[in-house]
Amino acid sequence: MSFIAKPKVAHPSLPRNALGLTRRDYEGGMSTLCAGCGHDSVTAAIVEAIWEMSIRPEQLVKLSGIGCSSKTTAYFDSGGHGFNSVHGRMPSIATGAISANRDLHYVGVSGDGDTLSIGFGQFAHAIRRNLNMLYIIENNGVYGLTKGQFSASADIGTKAKRGEENRQPPVDPVLTALTLGGSFIARSFSGDKEQLVPLIMAGLRHRGFALIDVLSPCVTFNDHQGSTKSYSFIRENYDAVVHADFIAPAQEITASYAAGEAMSVAMHDGSRILLRKLDPSYDPTDRTRAYAYLRSRLAQGEYVTGLIHIDESSPDFHEVSGSSTTPMNQLPYARLSPGSEGLKKILNRYR
Amino acid sequence: MPHPQDSQNRINDFVVKLANVNGTGSASANTLVMKSIFRMGIPVIGKNYFPSNIQGLPTWYEIRVTREGHAARSSRVDLMVAMNAETYAKDVKDVSAGGYLIFDSTWPRPMLLKRDDITILGAPLARMCNETFQGVRSRILLKNIMYAGLLGALLDIDLQIMRTLLGESYANKKALLDSNIQALEIGYNYAKEHFTCPLPLRLEPMDKTSNHILIDGNTAAGLGCLYAGATVGAWYPITPSTSIMDTFKSFCQKWRVDAQTGENDFVIVQCEDELAAIGAVIGASWNGARAFTPTSGPGISLMNEFIGLAYYAEIPAVIMDVQRVGPSTGMPTRTQQCDLMLAAYASHGDTRHVLLFPSNPEECFYLSVQAFDLAERLQTPVFLMSDLDIGMNDWMCTNLAWDDEYQPDRGKVLSKEQIEKLDKFYRFFDHDGDAIPYRTLPGVHPKGAYFTRGSGHNQYGGYTEDATEYQIVVDRLKRKFDTAKTLVPEAVLTGDGTHATGIISLGSCDGAIQEALTLLERQGIQLDYLRVRAFPFGEDVEAFLAAHSLVFVVEQNRDAQFKSLLTLETRVEKEKLSSILYYSGLPMASDVVVDGILAELGRRQHPSVGGKRPSPVIKLQPSFT
Ligand SMILES: Cc1ncc(C[n+]2csc(CCOP(=O)(O)OP(=O)(O)O)c2C)c(N)n1
Ligand code: SF4
Repeated sequence: MSFIAKPKVAHPSLPRNALGLTRRDYEGGMSTLCAGCGHDSVTAAIVEAIWEMSIRPEQLVKLSGIGCSSKTTAYFDSGGHGFNSVHGRMPSIATGAISANRDLHYVGVSGDGDTLSIGFGQFAHAIRRNLNMLYIIENNGVYGLTKGQFSASADIGTKAKRGEENRQPPVDPVLTALTLGGSFIARSFSGDKEQLVPLIMAGLRHRGFALIDVLSPCVTFNDHQGSTKSYSFIRENYDAVVHADFIAPAQEITASYAAGEAMSVAMHDGSRILLRKLDPSYDPTDRTRAYAYLRSRLAQGEYVTGLIHIDESSPDFHEVSGSSTTPMNQLPYARLSPGSEGLKKILNRYR
Repeated sequence: MPHPQDSQNRINDFVVKLANVNGTGSASANTLVMKSIFRMGIPVIGKNYFPSNIQGLPTWYEIRVTREGHAARSSRVDLMVAMNAETYAKDVKDVSAGGYLIFDSTWPRPMLLKRDDITILGAPLARMCNETFQGVRSRILLKNIMYAGLLGALLDIDLQIMRTLLGESYANKKALLDSNIQALEIGYNYAKEHFTCPLPLRLEPMDKTSNHILIDGNTAAGLGCLYAGATVGAWYPITPSTSIMDTFKSFCQKWRVDAQTGENDFVIVQCEDELAAIGAVIGASWNGARAFTPTSGPGISLMNEFIGLAYYAEIPAVIMDVQRVGPSTGMPTRTQQCDLMLAAYASHGDTRHVLLFPSNPEECFYLSVQAFDLAERLQTPVFLMSDLDIGMNDWMCTNLAWDDEYQPDRGKVLSKEQIEKLDKFYRFFDHDGDAIPYRTLPGVHPKGAYFTRGSGHNQYGGYTEDATEYQIVVDRLKRKFDTAKTLVPEAVLTGDGTHATGIISLGSCDGAIQEALTLLERQGIQLDYLRVRAFPFGEDVEAFLAAHSLVFVVEQNRDAQFKSLLTLETRVEKEKLSSILYYSGLPMASDVVVDGILAELGRRQHPSVGGKRPSPVIKLQPSFT
């Protein structure tokens, strides 16, 4: 994972968040991805979201696997710890990290290759465990880092840069997550910052596994005619079902969701997502209908974007585990060991 | 019937083998017999031979009563309790000359009469059970307790102890307790009425177990994890390691649940596979919790990529490998020491890992605690290399003790205050000359933030593809392995170290070797014995190898993996090493060692037989020629 250190000089007039930090404080190393790569726009959206949310830089943990997309964790929040793990296996690193300390924010960034091929099993189980993390797939339909092979999300009929046609049906991470009981499922497009930023903010606030599948074109290997994950194709076949706005707990919200086709989803910590519905029939809390709607649109070659499903009621990993509210890594040893007297009692069973 | 001396008058020194059918609940009867003997103050060990199946196939449980307190299996069988019709023929054959066989005479077994050098005793167990108890299941279960009663009378087990033990097992289940006691007494009385009790092989109370426990290695390792302060356990079930997590969990449920809130001071993740299990351990350790995963060979195979990451990114991880027979799925319920090479160099690239070799459950306890300390001190994966024999069999061990002064060694983790004072934090810099860098934990301080990666990095933590920068880091990792040599547990020497010939070994071979040493000494052959407890090998191992002109390397695998490690990682001349290999899958008995040593010494005494090698300087007593 390569990056070039970015000089940190903030202009005095730059806006500051509640912590007094500017956007520059949430940046990372200089990207070494191809100019125009969709992944860099996602990075920018993440920076915007975490700045706006006033997350302490060191309280954010950035996890990834391997791939161009997985490199992006190095390009934001240099004050947070990053972990570039092995190909496809970031979810298990996240499982352990979240087990050890439930008090931090966890952002996983992965690719469609990383998640839907080699990492499909771990991805599924992270959803199933409802790990409290934001999981972003930067989905470009190809393996970028290994130079343009089809990934498992490539659509039938997609043409590779060299002309080869994909004949296998794609794995859709959103449909997968819906089937597996995912509690926050969204899709967006790297070129739509307006939609992506509130989704990231809501995903970070969601207690449980928040998936955002971001269509993020690879300008080098998958942005040509015949590719269904190119900028032009996505722009043309883009169907936002809801327009999402994120509202932090302290903000005034009264007037903003009174309008007819708006819906306000309360999150566990008091924050809200305000959804202005573009498709009046769409209800993101209804999993079955969301699934049917998505499938029908996909059949017409359309990508449904926005907050596709949310369920704030399902318990997250720590709630299911019944683990202590004090993070595991902060439990004092004295509380963990039964001591010599305890040992004597334990051993009586073995005589 | 002729009774050769062999199995006669063996007071507190014989083997009872119980042949059963898997899934018939014989385990509690067998444990009852063994624990009763233990409570009479007589040393015992128990070995379980079970198939990789749940129901129906043959199992054997072997109780060795060993006055002298040996820890290994004995290859003799003095008394066979043949409860499995399908294995009668084999079971009859396995009894040592002069020994005894007990069978269920409800059904006539004419073929049992084929041996006239053993005594065959029949008791109508099934019939008596059917006459007394209702229900198919309880009849099967109580038949086992009935043979425990028979053994009670035949061997002179204190009946009161047996009753007490049953009372402890069924403390809150009066009906069950009553029927168990009844079955026990029916068996006991039948033997008293129909046989001359006790047999010439019998028990006499001793006082050699008061300071001891009967425990298996997996339970002890699970207990070690509890005492080490492990808070995260991640695993994927695999025989024979599964019970480590089972016991850890039950200890946690007893000791780590807040009485007021009901909250758990532990997280156990049953993962989707071993790849995820080791990933979770690495993630949790990276984030500052003590985390571990129990597994066996196939699991280690899957974990390789991640193990390399933990090595290179310098993240602690505790991996408990309860070895079973390989290669591939091998024999899941048989024992071996066949993962040594796999673990020592796990993963691609130049990697080397710290391994600890417990020789019994007692060491499983202490060394598992030490595994966490070493993993955090060295910031690297540490393997506890147990095996099925240690992990799943019942061993008599000295009482475990705990020092309340113990504080976990969390290694070089910088606190918020320490980071605050730093000008800049460099993750992989060797500040102290011991090749161990400092680490910081997420969430503590923005200045401590760094990027963890398995790709090339320099000593400051930055990505690099520069040759020199890369080499600085990997050369330090090699020096860190040298530091590990000074931190791992020392080898244990038996003997005064002055003999010309030595034995070097590890892990569960210990019991057989210790017993072999006494047997050889009776023949006038004295050797020194070094039991290695860790890899990397320390200077004590080098010194032992240098001081002996012939060294037997005893281990349980086909390809002499331990010997390979010794030749690769020490300065020893290969010619000095002579392998004694045992890899049947059964726990090793002392005759393997005795026979192996005698054969080799014989060859070396007679060059015409053994080739042209010069005979080593060994002081042999005249009795050995
Ligand atoms: C075990 C393993 N196999 C193969 C690779 C090679 N590899 C690196 S990145 C990658 C694909 C990445 O694709 P994707 O996740 O879609 O990310 P993108 O580069 O397209 O953003 C592959 C196959 C690897 N690093 N590890
Ligand atoms: S190869 Fe594609 S995915 Fe990788 S950086 Fe370039 S544009 Fe982005």
